[in-house]
Amino acid sequence: MKFEAKNISINRGARRIIQSVNFALNNGDALIVTGENGSGKSTLLRALAGFLPFAEGSLFFDLPEEGKDDPLIIREHIHYLGHQNGMKPALSVRENLEFWQGYSTASNSDEGLDGMSLIEALDFVELPHVLELPYGYLSTGMKRRVSIAKLLITEKPIWIVDEPTAGLDAKSSAMFTDLCKDHCANGGILIAATHLPLGIDGAKKLEVEQLYTFHGGGDLFDEPESGS
Amino acid sequence: MRALLKRELNLALRAGSGALTGLLFFLAVITIFPFGIGPDLNALSRLAPAILWVGALLASLLGLERLFSQEREDGSLDLLVMQDHPLALSIFIKCLAHWLVTGLPLVLAVPLFGIMLNLSPIGIGAVMVTLLVGTPAITFIGAVGAAVTVSLPRGGLLIAILVLPLVIPVLIFGVSATNGALFDPDPFTSPFLILCALSLFTMVLGPLAASMMLRHSVE
Repeated sequence: MKFEAKNISINRGARRIIQSVNFALNNGDALIVTGENGSGKSTLLRALAGFLPFAEGSLFFDLPEEGKDDPLIIREHIHYLGHQNGMKPALSVRENLEFWQGYSTASNSDEGLDGMSLIEALDFVELPHVLELPYGYLSTGMKRRVSIAKLLITEKPIWIVDEPTAGLDAKSSAMFTDLCKDHCANGGILIAATHLPLGIDGAKKLEVEQLYTFHGGGDLFDEPESGS
Repeated sequence: MRALLKRELNLALRAGSGALTGLLFFLAVITIFPFGIGPDLNALSRLAPAILWVGALLASLLGLERLFSQEREDGSLDLLVMQDHPLALSIFIKCLAHWLVTGLPLVLAVPLFGIMLNLSPIGIGAVMVTLLVGTPAITFIGAVGAAVTVSLPRGGLLIAILVLPLVIPVLIFGVSATNGALFDPDPFTSPFLILCALSLFTMVLGPLAASMMLRHSVE
């Protein structure tokens, strides 16, 4: 499996946010994206997950069994964990997780792509007791842990996580780091944007630079000098 | 897809989902009309199909705002867009669930509300049938409006303004089919078939248009 970005640039409106990013990831690689607030980490991750078009450059992805490089296809193999958790507060944890499990594996069910059971996944995030509680009753950190459990119940080779440890305590962060290590050890690819070090050994690093300063009254639409 | 339908219905039946708001609004509209028109029972029964249709139309527009904006707020929309299912199909299911919990109760309430408007049994049957085939069109056209306004914090009124001109044909053919069943010289079959056609047409085009808008909105 290979996940490769060649010379990617991304625009938001008329503004260039990401300029010429390159990386190549193989089985078991982790990429940590760092940068200041507002430097475009989330934008880069959303573009890699297929939500945003690239202004320039392209993404190559090939799975051993199916060689395809169409972003519409790549998207199926990605777990995206953004700032929001994507869970309904009115439904119980079980209903939320069952929905995402059923919804995201429905078309692949014959291939046996499914991950762990809900109970196993919740055990992993140390929340086995909340299964029947409405999601809205949980604290911020617990909500985050439940949405981390969502990564486990369906198996996808690429994880794109944006500030995954936001709201987690030290113990849970360490737990998440272990999960990421497991994921990489099993041949998965991890792309994480974070301020705090995740503590994954041998992770590649990508520093996103802020292309514009939002003070000083300079011309915001000046084309920046390209560099990678 | 069955998982999505189940989740939508579950969500709608939970407290605070507002599935009943449409029905209560419908009740309020129907209740005040007899007071406004006065004691003329003939006038009331002549206007009843139109009143029921307008009431049902406005009630169906009420809940549309929540269709996608809630998904966007909690981040589910990103994940719905990401899956390998065709997005239009997911939207179709969402609209179907939405219609089942907001449109269908309106249809089922017509016998009760029809009596309040002095509508004959044939008239009640006609309104029920026309609403049954007509309200899906309102939901599916409304889904496009909901998708356009998904990123706006108070999109509800804007949806109504965007959608109303488009649902006027549904209203015209719905009421004229009902009148066709009630009053002799008017035809019933042709406006009724056009109404069916409108529903089928929007069931295909609505989710497609909404999926394009939603793909833009997650950028």
